[in-house]
Amino acid sequence: MTDGLSKNGSTRGQALARRMDEIADGVAALHADAVDRDARFPHETFAALRQAGMLSAGVPEALGGAGCALRELAELCTILAQRCASSAMILAMHYIQVACIVRYRDHSAPLADYLRRLAAEQRLIASVTSEVGTDGDMRRSITALQSAEGRVTCTKHATTVSYGLHADDLLLTARRADDAPDSDQRLILALSGGYRLDSTGAWDTLGMRGTCSPGGVVTLEGESWQVLPAPFGDIAAATMVPVSHILWSACWLGIATDAAARARAIVQRKARSDQRAALPAAARLANVDGKLQLMRGDLGAVIREHEDATATADARLMSSLGLAIRYNNLKLNSSRLVVEIVTEALEICGISAYRNDSESSLGRHLRDALSAPLMISNDRIRQNTATLHMVYKNR
Amino acid sequence: MDRSEIEHHVRDVVVGLNILEAPERLAEQTSLYDAGMTSHASVRLMLALEDRFDLEFPDEMLQRESFESIDAITRAIHAVRSGVTSA
Repeated sequence: MTDGLSKNGSTRGQALARRMDEIADGVAALHADAVDRDARFPHETFAALRQAGMLSAGVPEALGGAGCALRELAELCTILAQRCASSAMILAMHYIQVACIVRYRDHSAPLADYLRRLAAEQRLIASVTSEVGTDGDMRRSITALQSAEGRVTCTKHATTVSYGLHADDLLLTARRADDAPDSDQRLILALSGGYRLDSTGAWDTLGMRGTCSPGGVVTLEGESWQVLPAPFGDIAAATMVPVSHILWSACWLGIATDAAARARAIVQRKARSDQRAALPAAARLANVDGKLQLMRGDLGAVIREHEDATATADARLMSSLGLAIRYNNLKLNSSRLVVEIVTEALEICGISAYRNDSESSLGRHLRDALSAPLMISNDRIRQNTATLHMVYKNR
Repeated sequence: MDRSEIEHHVRDVVVGLNILEAPERLAEQTSLYDAGMTSHASVRLMLALEDRFDLEFPDEMLQRESFESIDAITRAIHAVRSGVTSA
């Protein structure tokens, strides 16, 4: 399963990928159906991920992590998503939060200490960027931080908090202060013991059921170092949005890869008994494989562009319109392709994959895949991109 | 057009678009994003500036920082008009 994205990854990254193979096959696969059926947190998988140090894969080595590059994190998500997409999506969301702190901790000693603690204790971070009343626009906040004498407090009504009740810490957005406009946001780290999360409603969805993402009210109290130094607008443009689109796409690639593998097994079984009869399904398989290649290629290309832009001395490139358009395109492309691939794999496999009680069922794959165009609605992303095309020259 | 004329026009465009909460109190260096400019509004601003100054911003200038403040925009326009872009 590891023949994915990274060709020249670190030795440590390769070792983690092998370990992830074992966790995916040996743990995640065994519990994926129960996690999906009961819409419950994948406890067993996360116990194994913690044991293997996976939660700090993206933390620099100097702070006790594995120091994996983004392409390596993407590969870890793809491997896990082939067995349990909910688990992979939770891991991806956690990696996104970690990436924001790693890149924007500036010279903050307490934030560096926090990352050390995260690595040592394998702490899980959940994200609270959504808010009731902002119509799904992450770049606006209603709730405002209250700061006084080195302390900060705020209360936020979020529409979705993925795995919030199972996380150690939270990273949430809020307006910088009472008198700040709604787009002047900060990102705040809420530490366990320093916040209260009351869930509102349940999480009974078509797919991605293990992510356990109901709404919630967060009340936090903390110290001023827990507010990341950079404006959230910068963090969103250069890290949170790009890394999200890349790691989500890596998860969807995992779902598509497994659906294609199941279709391939069926085609080859058919072909062994009757080659001629297997031909229509084999032709469909060729189609699926071509789409899978597109998905993998686009993901790899955007990761390379992101890594080049991150490595360049001119950090300003990170927020360029051209890159923003390509991150958006990646999200639109992969969320569309994963649904197409799983649907076509279902046609290849036939009724046995349509059944929920069969070994080759693709029900969960399809339901999980259908979340892709909705998590940040493709319509919204297309509209953002459309706006950018009004000034982007593409020269 | 000298720098202060450019700045005058830039300010006029920014105020005219009505994308900020209190545009008349903007200092040269004030972050427009902190003053409430969304990324959607920043594109409207780019288009309005291209129209007012009859120029095209090259892609490498289309980034957050180039439109961060009245001062940054004035410098960007000055650079495009005098043909000195970072391309």
